[in-house]
Amino acid sequence: MLYNDPHPLEVKIVTKRFGLPNSASLDTYLATDGFKAFFKAMEMTPEQIIEEVKLSALRGRGGAGFPAGLKWSFVPRNSPLPKYVIINADESEPGTCKDRLLMENDPHQLLEGILIAGRAIGAHKGYIYIRGEYRYLIEAMDRAISEAYARGYLGKNIQDTGFDFDIYTHSGAGAYECGEETALLDSIEGKRGIPRMKPPFPAVVGAWQAPTLINNVETLSAVPAIIRDGAAAFAALGPPKNGGTRMICLSGHINKPGVYELPVGFNLLRMIYEVGGGMRNGKKLKAVVPGGSSCPLLKAEECDIPMDFDTLAKVKSMLGSGGTVVLDEDTCMVRFALRIMKFYAHESCGWCIPCREGTTWLKKMLQRFHDGGGQKSDIPLIGELSKNMLGRTFCALGDAAAMPTISIVEKFPEDFEAHLNGRPCPYAHAAEPVFA
Amino acid sequence: MSDINLTIDGQAVKAAPGTLVINAAKQVGIEIPSFCYYDGLQSVAACRMCLVEIEKTPKLQVACTTPVAEGMVVRTESPTVREARKGTIEFLLTNHPLDCPVCDKGGECELQDMTFRYGAGESRFVEQKLHVDEQQWSPVVFFDAPRCILCYRCVRVCDEGMGVNALGVINRGAHAEIAPNHFDHLECDECGMCIDICPVGALTSGMYRYKTRPWEMHHVGTICTHCSNGCKTTLGVRNNQIIRGNNRDQSGINGEFLCIKGRYAFDFVHSPERLQSPMLRKNGALEPVSWAEALSAVAQKLKEVKARGGKFAVIGSNHTTNEENYYLQKFAREALGTASIDHHRTGDVPTLLDALSGKTGALATTDDLYNRKAILVIGSDLSQQHPFLAFQIRANYRHHNAHIYTVTAGPVREQKQAVRSIMTIPGQELEDVESLRDQLKAEPELVIVFGDAIKGDGVHKLVAFGDSLGIPVKYVCLVDYSNSRGASDMGLSPRLGPGYRPVSEPGLAYDEILAAADLDVFWVVGANPLKQNALASEKAFVVVNEMFLTETALRADVVFPAASAYEKNGTVTNVCGEVQRLKAGLQVMGTKPDLEIIGLVSKEMGINIGIWTHDKVFDEIRTSVHGYNIPLPIVASGGAAQTTPVNGHVPASSRPDLIQSSRDTLFTSGSLGRYSKTLSSVLEAPGGLYSGERP
Amino acid sequence: MTFSPELEARFAKMLESYPPGRTRSAVVPMLLYAQDEVGHISHELIEEVARRCKVTPLQVDEVVGYYSMLHKKPQGKVHVQVCTNISCLIDGGEELFQHASKTLGIGNKETTPDGQFSLEEVECIGACSWAPAIQMNYDFHHHVTPEKLDKLIDELRRKQ
Ligand SMILES: Cc1cc2nc3c(=O)[nH]c(=O)nc-3n(C[C@H](O)[C@H](O)[C@H](O)COP(=O)(O)O)c2cc1C
Ligand code: SF4
Ligand code: SF4
Ligand code: SF4
Ligand code: SF4
Ligand code: FES
Ligand code: FES
Repeated sequence: MLYNDPHPLEVKIVTKRFGLPNSASLDTYLATDGFKAFFKAMEMTPEQIIEEVKLSALRGRGGAGFPAGLKWSFVPRNSPLPKYVIINADESEPGTCKDRLLMENDPHQLLEGILIAGRAIGAHKGYIYIRGEYRYLIEAMDRAISEAYARGYLGKNIQDTGFDFDIYTHSGAGAYECGEETALLDSIEGKRGIPRMKPPFPAVVGAWQAPTLINNVETLSAVPAIIRDGAAAFAALGPPKNGGTRMICLSGHINKPGVYELPVGFNLLRMIYEVGGGMRNGKKLKAVVPGGSSCPLLKAEECDIPMDFDTLAKVKSMLGSGGTVVLDEDTCMVRFALRIMKFYAHESCGWCIPCREGTTWLKKMLQRFHDGGGQKSDIPLIGELSKNMLGRTFCALGDAAAMPTISIVEKFPEDFEAHLNGRPCPYAHAAEPVFA
Repeated sequence: MSDINLTIDGQAVKAAPGTLVINAAKQVGIEIPSFCYYDGLQSVAACRMCLVEIEKTPKLQVACTTPVAEGMVVRTESPTVREARKGTIEFLLTNHPLDCPVCDKGGECELQDMTFRYGAGESRFVEQKLHVDEQQWSPVVFFDAPRCILCYRCVRVCDEGMGVNALGVINRGAHAEIAPNHFDHLECDECGMCIDICPVGALTSGMYRYKTRPWEMHHVGTICTHCSNGCKTTLGVRNNQIIRGNNRDQSGINGEFLCIKGRYAFDFVHSPERLQSPMLRKNGALEPVSWAEALSAVAQKLKEVKARGGKFAVIGSNHTTNEENYYLQKFAREALGTASIDHHRTGDVPTLLDALSGKTGALATTDDLYNRKAILVIGSDLSQQHPFLAFQIRANYRHHNAHIYTVTAGPVREQKQAVRSIMTIPGQELEDVESLRDQLKAEPELVIVFGDAIKGDGVHKLVAFGDSLGIPVKYVCLVDYSNSRGASDMGLSPRLGPGYRPVSEPGLAYDEILAAADLDVFWVVGANPLKQNALASEKAFVVVNEMFLTETALRADVVFPAASAYEKNGTVTNVCGEVQRLKAGLQVMGTKPDLEIIGLVSKEMGINIGIWTHDKVFDEIRTSVHGYNIPLPIVASGGAAQTTPVNGHVPASSRPDLIQSSRDTLFTSGSLGRYSKTLSSVLEAPGGLYSGERP
Repeated sequence: MTFSPELEARFAKMLESYPPGRTRSAVVPMLLYAQDEVGHISHELIEEVARRCKVTPLQVDEVVGYYSMLHKKPQGKVHVQVCTNISCLIDGGEELFQHASKTLGIGNKETTPDGQFSLEEVECIGACSWAPAIQMNYDFHHHVTPEKLDKLIDELRRKQ
């Protein structure tokens, strides 16, 4: 099912079957180039497949944007232990709702991507780690998997190619941190989702101590198109080193929020004003969260940029997971910062001191501040405490909490000033201590 | 591999490859502050206290997981590092109660120290703290969650160190908390290792809590008086009361290890049932009398019986010092003129020494259990019966990947780490050991640890088996109590004198003594033979040196109130033959050490068998007992020196039928255990031997 | 404890899906699916899962408090989860939560006295482009207004 209308500016690569009747069925999939890439990959050597993915300039869609082909090449060729492909379908970064659509509307594309990855790294088992809230998608994927087994696209000697592969789903149970790849590994091993020390990297010591490739759903969903139509075509869609398209999850104060597949490097203002139908109620643009709640915010005047990994890094933000949240002039940035910090405090796994204590402190302070109990000295303190977390925590969640917060206090000091001296929120949000 | 060169705070440092920066710094005296790092346990990099600057890396790095690299330049005191530390402490203190003056750990708290050294003066935290009530998890363990800094030391020491895995972490984020294995309580070894290792006052012990402040105690390092492993324990004493036992300074053979007995079961010392006055049987009942009256009654009787050529017998102790044992056998042999002296034998040490005759270095030390490449355990539930030896073997497995083999009559904790475990039927141990031959042959070296299942001829067969493997093999013959080995070495034996010298005219053995209907005088020092046996001789005048009115003491005509091991000086020899020093931590009114009691009796009898100070007797032992000529400074400074009591044939059958371990578990300790409140309070929890892991 | 035949079948399959000797991997999904059937996670359930996955009860207990979808307290038949995270927040998610609280007469993580409804403010549920969003048990509802929410609750009340 689709939850918003497509837009003519979209470039449909991973979403090309979206909207077709029975798009999730194997028949539809096979009728629309399905598994062609798989057969092609079976003719290629693992090295050739990895080379092709490298050339495609496909970068991880889960958040960090790590070059996919390079990651694949890190998995040791020879391993005494069986290797695994793990698909990160934990999709929990606030602002992000795309993997959901890929699994709902085109599950076989993901399965084919997994098979190709398995072939490339020499794995014969794959696990799709799906966040617990997505129960219907676990069922959808299970259905697709059963269908693929029944028709010989999974299991032993797939389509007489001699290649064996099994795929299973695995349910999470509500933990953002389990999207972090090493915490995900602990979680799939039945433990608390606590991140692991790196090195060793999962490619070398991953699930059950074995070499493991972890990729996001969207990353692997793009693989069939790359192998089928060639790396060059995919790479050409975006700027150098930023191949292909991204599913951008537009949300917030715009007229047509929705998930749209756009070439990497698509201009952010055009996203908002053309694809997203412009600001709602003719309000002015105030800020944009470019790629999910972990990314430093952009002020309105910073938004005329191409949305690719490298440009966003240049403006000290990130493309992240493609969750683009558009804020209008009436948004209270203190409240926004508070909500972000509540999220990270709630999701901090608690393993390390700076993140566990820092997020909680900042949450309490921002709550007090928003409720009208703020003092002038709190404003620099918010930034300072965030910086005391930044780069010092065990995993990137601490950074993810610090970065947007630092950007908000730095870029919107006036919103903080306006809350001082017991003044109620100027944006008329009552003090609502909700999330105890 | 050659050393790696790096620079730390401008100093050139050489370190072996793989050394962690935190340890490389320690080598040159630079202490990088840390909470979660703990030597010997896996690094968790959770506290972020040890962040340092490393040139060419943009972010600060944790020194506790970063290995040294060639040319690395480390700064541990740069402004950025100092600021980061301050920030971390500030974060830590946000949820930590700031009531150090009433905290049990006040004065010994690592957080307090760090705050003092690196912290900020004023906290900027004005929000509300989380509050959770204190919980009692067991008679021994209390937990105060808000003080916990989540360094996970307790969790790791219980899992890695103890192999118990009784502690975990529940909840998430700021609500994350350490939790016990049974929802609201612990069922575990109750060793207190978690409490000991806790850097703050989050885990505290039921024994010590709120009884005193650390600086109000004086500390005495001595040796645990319970099992034969010989752990060093430091008694914290105030007003002649032992308040706690620990080994925080990690000196001695056991490092920081102590089991529940060494750490908490000193409380028998202060039992209200402790005898504090001599007792004399008058009109059929034992009545308190003065020392003078008791001593003279005994001396009179002894002189009288000796004069008419009556029959004496002595049973000595597995708990008393080497000096006392030596002096006791000397008293028996020279003053009373009897060879009927024995003790409860718990392992066949004499036969092992006989079987090893001609070999050197074939007796393993406790250190060997940690360092040798392969260990074979036969017929003992080590984690229950020999907690420290089990700890050493576990650590050997974790740190050196030692190969462990077990041949036991039931499930034991060591199986978890064993490369091969055989469940045997009692009596069939040697056959089962035989089936390990090929695997053992492939090991570079081996330590064989065996219990009372192997005795007499079995020991010879076992050593022959060891010889046939063609690899260096060392042995540990397990014995039960704190000085069982010393009792044997000192000649508390009817056939063997000190140092296993043959005696010309053997006396009665343990069972024969009890069965001799014509015994005139029976003296029992620190033993309770009448718990399970009857004394055949009805006419025997019975003298007992004891701490409590045991079954044996109740039969006595005279009871001398004895001092415990914690109240005397001297030496003891542990299961591996390591001699260590006991140091008196306190005095209990009315009691005397056994050495003095024997000395006073012989003086009263007008017989001179030498001065009865412990150092004089030890001098004599050093010159006259084979193998005890150990370097004095080692023992004097609280170290352990291994003896090899004999190297030659031991000329007496060991009477295997008399050898029997008393099968104490982790929570029992012969008579002593009965009078320890701590041990009796946890009694419902332990499994018996060979019951495997408790749920 | 035994579960419905369907769930038993699922568990059997689940335990087989991991590499040999790795039954611990089933702990989290098993807890979640069992909770769906029996309502909440009791000590008994923890011990049962521990037995089935060959781990200690503590190892299961450690997990329960970590994952926010696992509950030790009984939930309502319908668990109403309102997202108030950023995309929903700026599109009325917080107001929606307040409204749900008023309509149901319960606060965050509380259950109605009749056991029919429970309410929870949740983090992003992956419906940001169709905010504000809620989940009732596992069902998603997008673009939820207070009126729409009242209607949904009314319908469910009538069904019960
Ligand atoms: C706190 C945190 C949460 C994350 N959550 C997710 C997630 O929900 N989904 C995801 O695909 N990646 C997530 N990631 C990124 C993963 O760690 C990892 O980089 C990614 O799964 C790799 O796949 P990719 O290279 O295909 O992007 C998260 C990272 C962090 C630090
Ligand atoms: S930064 Fe630390 S506390 Fe936060 S999620 Fe990562 S490991 Fe856990
Ligand atoms: S007392 Fe010992 S066994 Fe018990 S929890 Fe603490 S460390 Fe573990
Ligand atoms: S209880 Fe003590 S040792 Fe255990 S995690 Fe907390 S502070 Fe560390
Ligand atoms: S292992 Fe033995 S010597 Fe060591 S503390 Fe325990 S009882 Fe005492
Ligand atoms: S000591 Fe290094 S992080 Fe704790
Ligand atoms: S923020 Fe509410 S669904 Fe994502």
